[in-house]
Order: sequence, then structure tokens, then C-alpha cells
Amino acid sequence: MNNSQLPPSANGFLNNPQNRAVIFQVLALMFVVFLAFYFANNMFDNVEKRGITTGFSFLDDVAGFGISQTLIEYDDAGSTYYDVFIVGLLNTLLVSIIGIFFASVLGLLIGVGRLSSNYLISRLSLVYIETFRNIPILLQILFWYNVVLAALPSPRKSFSYLDSVFLNNRGLLLPEPIFESGSSAILIALILAITGVFFLARWSKKRHDLTGEEFPLIKVSIALVLLAPVLVYFISGQPISAEYPHLKGFNFKGGLTIIPELLALMFALSIYTATYIAEAVRAGIEAVPNGQKEAAKSLGLKDHVILTKVVLPQALRVIIPPVINQYLNLVKNSSLATAIGYPEIVTLFSGTTLNQVGQAIEIILMTMAVYLTFSIVISLMLNWVNAKMAIKGR
Amino acid sequence: MATYTMKEAKPAPSTSKGLLFWLRENLFSDIKNSLLTLVGLYFLYTIIPPLLNWMIFDATWSGTKDEVVKEGARWIFIVEKFDQFIYGFYPESLHWRPNLVALICIAFLLSMKFVKNINIKIALILLFPVVCFVLISGGGFGLEVVETEKWGGLMLTVLVAAVGIIASFPIGIILALGRQSHMPIVKTLCVGFIEFVRGVPLITILFMASVVLPLFFSDGIDFDKLLRALIGITLFQAAYIAEVVRGGLQAIPRGQYEASESLGLSYWQGMILVILPQALKISIPNLVGSFISLFKDTTLVLIIGLFDILAMVTLTNSDTNWLGYEVEGYVFVTMIYWVICFTMSQYSKSIERKFNTEH
Repeated sequence: MNNSQLPPSANGFLNNPQNRAVIFQVLALMFVVFLAFYFANNMFDNVEKRGITTGFSFLDDVAGFGISQTLIEYDDAGSTYYDVFIVGLLNTLLVSIIGIFFASVLGLLIGVGRLSSNYLISRLSLVYIETFRNIPILLQILFWYNVVLAALPSPRKSFSYLDSVFLNNRGLLLPEPIFESGSSAILIALILAITGVFFLARWSKKRHDLTGEEFPLIKVSIALVLLAPVLVYFISGQPISAEYPHLKGFNFKGGLTIIPELLALMFALSIYTATYIAEAVRAGIEAVPNGQKEAAKSLGLKDHVILTKVVLPQALRVIIPPVINQYLNLVKNSSLATAIGYPEIVTLFSGTTLNQVGQAIEIILMTMAVYLTFSIVISLMLNWVNAKMAIKGR
Repeated sequence: MATYTMKEAKPAPSTSKGLLFWLRENLFSDIKNSLLTLVGLYFLYTIIPPLLNWMIFDATWSGTKDEVVKEGARWIFIVEKFDQFIYGFYPESLHWRPNLVALICIAFLLSMKFVKNINIKIALILLFPVVCFVLISGGGFGLEVVETEKWGGLMLTVLVAAVGIIASFPIGIILALGRQSHMPIVKTLCVGFIEFVRGVPLITILFMASVVLPLFFSDGIDFDKLLRALIGITLFQAAYIAEVVRGGLQAIPRGQYEASESLGLSYWQGMILVILPQALKISIPNLVGSFISLFKDTTLVLIIGLFDILAMVTLTNSDTNWLGYEVEGYVFVTMIYWVICFTMSQYSKSIERKFNTEH
């Protein structure tokens, strides 16, 4: 192009899109750096003025408060804030894993029920979904905790089942397994069985690719994983016994106690998340074109083969990504436990520890880092699954 | 010649029409289905009658609390505390102000639908928040000042949601454009912000806003509690809006971008006149979905000590004259949330159907 014919202004340095991009970015970066600098400067001023210490040395100080549920050794007098952090982290993990399990089971049932040819069942599933997903999760947590679980009877009048499971306003009491010497053999047997299943799966896939012969993998795997530990349990002389909870005075002694906070959180999180999982399951199954099923039928495949070999592999590709996203949401929603005082990371760390130590910035950043780690791990998992399930181009 | 007479058509067999046919087809088609139906019916039987009894037939609707004799819900509690559930501690003599704001909102939405002149529209959009703010908080025009500590109830919930939606919208669009831009630094900044905010729970952001934010400013600048919560919620919502809008931007065919460039439009002209109107239109269902989650998430402000409608349940129950009415309170609040969220989600579905021209 002949530049001399353009008006002089169009030739200018600023009219070159590349130059403009560079200038714009430099300005944006300068703005952000300036903002960060301004905030940091004020922050240090304020921190100094208020006499708040900085740094992470508070983690070694003795915390000195009690925690109602700890998965690791913790004592009120000697444990540090670092221990509190770990206790909170583990409790978050615990409620997330339990919630994810029940939400998946419930969501799968409701999602399949939504597609049922039975009018009543599909309507009931729809009502379930529309009811629970339009009520805020925090409201559900508070309702379970303050209304349903608070109405449970006192320990002396608890609901009991077979004299070994009790439900009262102190929580749900279960028999606690006691591991005696020799019980490690059972664990080893379980690990060996799972490793065996892994290799079995690879072998059967290879054989299927080569010869086309089917191997009843799922049945054999379940049998192996269940039978191996049970067999070892009896061979090694039944080293696991159970300690039953029993009423002593006004409260129960022994056994495994699931605190009401955990119960309320479990109910609310699984019921709420299950509505989203159910929708994902329904959408996934509906996404498989009818022609696929008809084609499989006209090939003469049996119903269960159509389900496992034609419908599910295609449906799962659509179902799994949103479901994993819902798992992440469940983990994040578990932070609402702080409203009912379940001792997870936000309650213990951003709540009690922050009140005692006062180092807001460090503590909240550490809490955020925990959730960021969770979400990075889960999105890596999602990417891996997506890559694994992507339709392989030929 | 043989004559053929048309035979009278027989009615369809009684087994393939009517109510019985429908029942057999949809509820009792085989043994498994029949069992499921029976289980479902039994479930309904155990749930519905007691619930209806509690909520309606055995409920106490009027009178004083000492006159309650029936087993069911004591709605007199809600009647008694209704003003608190709706307005919080807003002075009773000034309730007309939030009411007027509600009317103005309706008038505003209607005017957006019917006013065609773009200049008047923009003027209205700019004027609307100012008028609402002045009316609610007072100060100026001879209106008595009402401190934000006194704001509460449904009024606060709607206010937080509305500010969150309106303020996060432009920020979200800018973030989405930044994420789609070809400038590496701008892109990194936007992606960093969006992914960070989406990776952490809202409650940690609210804690950050309420505890850490004041440390970021020099002592002269003071935020009140409500403003801090609003800043946190707006930034949180902006990241989610950005992702929704990005989805819309990605769905616009490349040809549209190229066409706007070949018309000689600058980046901003192209975006505002060509790309964004289309991108926003197809994102409306998802935007509404995101607004629903925001509306549900506004309940979290009670954790940092604001008194939204959910916090009112606990608060009204701490009145020594009215102890032990949590159930009624929670059920009432649940119904309010459910009606609002359900209406919004049906609206988003209807828009989705309207836009869905595939067959």
C-alpha cells in the first residue's frame, strides 16, 4: 500500500495496532502494579499501627481450644495452630467425600427416575429436583441442623436399631471396629486384590482387542475385592471386633459417634448436589441419539449389552464433566459448615484461629489456598478424564 | 354389479383408550412398574396428608399465641413478625420508602420495555440506582437518614442481589473480553482473576472483604459492613458472569468478527455494535442461571453479620415472647426463596425454548 496517500494521522505511531496493544498492556500492568503497591503499602501501615504480627510463626503456637471432631491426635493443651489447620483440612475432606458419595448415588437414582417410563416416578423425580435446587443450600443446612436434628430425643430416649445403632440429639452412634494384631493382613489382602483387578482389567481389554472374547470383568472384580479380605479375615482368626455404644448415666460411652453437625451437613450437601447430578445424568442419557439404540437393536444386541456397550459409553462422555464440576461445588459449599459450627477449615481457621491470632491476611490466604488446591486438583482430573474420553479421531 | 357399503368404524377397543388405558400404559405396564407405582403412592401417602394438615388444616392463622390449641403450624408468628421479615429493623414510620422503591423498580422495568428512545433509556438507567439509593438510605431531599445497620430482611436480600447483578455485569463483560483478547498480559490478568475467584468459596471472599479489605485502605477511608459485603459479592459474581459471557462470545461465528473488522469498525465499535448484542442474547439463559445462584448465595451474608431474611429467622426467635418458632420461620423463608428462584428458572427455560430454533 502506498502510505503517502493516507492522511498523515493514519500513519502515526499510535495507529499501528501492534503498538497500541503494547501501550495498552503496559498501562494495564502499571495500573495493577500500582494498585497492588498501594494496597500493600496501606496494609503494612495498618498492620504496624494495630500491632499485629506478621508471618507464619503463629502456626507453632499452642492453640488451646477444644474441637468436637478430630481425625488425628489432638489435645486442647498441647496442639498447635498447625494441628488445627490439619484437623480442619481433614474434616473438610471427610464431609466432602461422604457428601460426594451420597450425592452421586442419590443423583444417579433421581436422574434415572426422571427418565423412567413410569409417569409417577418421573414426576416425583422432577418435583424433587425443582424443590431442592431452588432452596439456598445454607437454608437447607440450617433447617436440618436447627429443626430436624434439634428435634431428636435425648440420649436416654434415643432411637435404637438392633441395640447397636443409636440416634439422638448428640448424633448417630455406630459400633466401632477394633483392629487387633493381624488385621493388617486384611488390608494387605484388599490392596493385593485391587492391584489384581487393575492388571486383570488390562489383560481382559487386551484379550478383547485381540480376540473379541468377552471376560466377565465386573463380576470377577467385585468377587475378588470382596472375597479376598473376607477370606483372610477368617484365616487370620477374625482379628476385627466391634465395640458397641452403651448408655452410661446420661450419655453414651464407646462406639463411633457421628456428630449432628456432620449429619446435617451430609444431608443438606448430598440432597442439594444430587439435584444437579440428576440433571446431568438425565441430559447425558437424553444426549444419546435414539438411532444408536435402534441400530444396536437391529444388530440383534440384547438389552443389557445395548445399555453397557452402546448407551452408557456415549452418555458418560456427556455426564462426567458436569458431575465433576458439581463435586467441586460440593467441596466449596462444605465451607458453609461454619454457620452451624462443624469443625472444618473455615470454621476452625478463618473463624476461631483468626479470632485468637488476628492475622487476617495470612489465615484467609491459607484457607483460600486450600480450596484453590482442591479446585486445581479437580480440574486436572477433569482434563484427564476429558482427554481419556474424547472421541478418538481416525 | 356388486355394491359395497362402507362398514361402520368400530370404536377403538376399550383397552386402548381412556383413563384406564393411560393408567396401564404409564403406571402399570409391567410388574416392575406396578411395584414402583405402589411404592411411589405409598410415599406420597406418608408425606402429603401430614404436610397439608400441618401447613393448612391444623394451622393457626390468627389470634394471639396463647390461644393456639391446634397441632399444626402457628402462622400467627409470621403474621406478627411479618414486618421484620420484610424490612428488618427499618423504622416502621419509614416503610413507605422501600415500598416506593419496589414500585419504582416495577415502573423502571416496564419503561425499559416500552420506551424506545435510547437517550431517555440511558438517562433512566443512570437515574434509577441513584433515586433508589437516596430513597432507601435517606439524607438529602429532607429524607431522614437510615443507617445500613437497620436494613434487613427481604429488602436487604433483594438489595444485595440487585447490586450484585447490576454492578457485576459490566465488570464481568470486561473480564470476558479481556480473557478473549490477544494481548498476553491483559489475558493473563483476567484469567488469573477469574480462575482465582471461581476456585474459592464465596464465604472466604466475604471474609476477605469484611476482614482484610479495610486493611488495604488508609485509615481515612471507612467502609461500612454492607458495602464490604457488596464489594465481595460483586467481584465474586463478576467472575461467573465473565465465564457465561465468554461462552456467548465463543459461540459467535468468526465471520461476524471478520465482517465487523472489514466494515472498518474499531475494536470497541465492533464489540458494542456487532459482537456483544449477539453474544449477550444467546447467554441470557445462562445469565439468568447465574443470577439464580447469586440470589441463593446472598444468604451467606448472614455469616458476616448482616441480617438478611434468613438471619431474621434466628433473630425473631430470640424474642423472649416468641421462642421456638424456628420451623414456621424456616418454612416461610424457604417458600419465599423457592417462589423467586423457581420463577426465574422457568423464565430462563422459556427464553431457551424461544431461542432454540433447532428441530
